[in-house]
Amino acid sequence: MMYAAGLAGVGVTMLLVLIRVLLGPTVYDRILGINLFGTKTVLVIALLAFLNGRTDYLDLALTYALINFIGTVAVLKFMQYGDLGWAGDVEDDSDV
Amino acid sequence: MFDALGQTTLWAGLATAASWGFIVAGALLCVIGGIGMLRLPDLYTRVHAASVADTGGMLLIFIGLMIQAGIGLVTLKLVLIVMFLLITSPTATHAMARAARQDGVDPVIDDDDDDQGRAR
Repeated sequence: MMYAAGLAGVGVTMLLVLIRVLLGPTVYDRILGINLFGTKTVLVIALLAFLNGRTDYLDLALTYALINFIGTVAVLKFMQYGDLGWAGDVEDDSDV
Repeated sequence: MFDALGQTTLWAGLATAASWGFIVAGALLCVIGGIGMLRLPDLYTRVHAASVADTGGMLLIFIGLMIQAGIGLVTLKLVLIVMFLLITSPTATHAMARAARQDGVDPVIDDDDDDQGRAR
C-alpha cells in the first residue's frame, strides 16, 4: 500500500514535468524536464518491483539510470556543437 | 508481552512505519519539485526545483525501499542505484545549466526600475 502511495506521488510529478516539457520556452527547459522524467521513471520501476514482489526489476532501474545520463549528455552535446563527433584538431573551448 | 515474538512484531511494525514515512515524504518532495517546475519563472530557478525532486525525493523513496528490503542483494542494488543517481544527476544538471549560460539564456531579474520585472 505504501508503494501505491509513492507511485501516485511520482505519477503526479511525471505529469507536471511533462506539462513543463511541452510548454518549455527554451530547449534547455525541455532537456531539464526530460532528465527529471527519466529519474522519476527509475523511481517508478523500483516502486513497481517492490509492489509486484519481483525485485529483479531493479536491474532494469539501474540500466535506465545509466542510459538516462548518457542520453542527456548526448543531447546537450548535440545542442551545443550541432554534431556528436568532431575531429581532434578542432579547438575545444569548453567541455559539456 | 516482551517475548521474542512480540519484539519481532514490534520491530516489523516500526520498520513499516518508518518506510511509510520515508516513501510519503519522498513522494511529497517529488510533487513539490513538479509544482516548482511548472510555476517558477526562470530556467535557473527551475533547476533548483528539479534538484529538489531529483535528489531529495529520490533519496527518501529509496531509503524507504531499503528499509523494506532488509540486508541483502536487493539493498545492494538499491545502494548502487542511489550512488549512481547521486553522481550523475547533478552532473547532468550542471552541464545543462552551463550550456544554457553559454547559449545566452538570461535569468529573470526582478528590478525595481523596470515595470516588466525583467532587467534585460
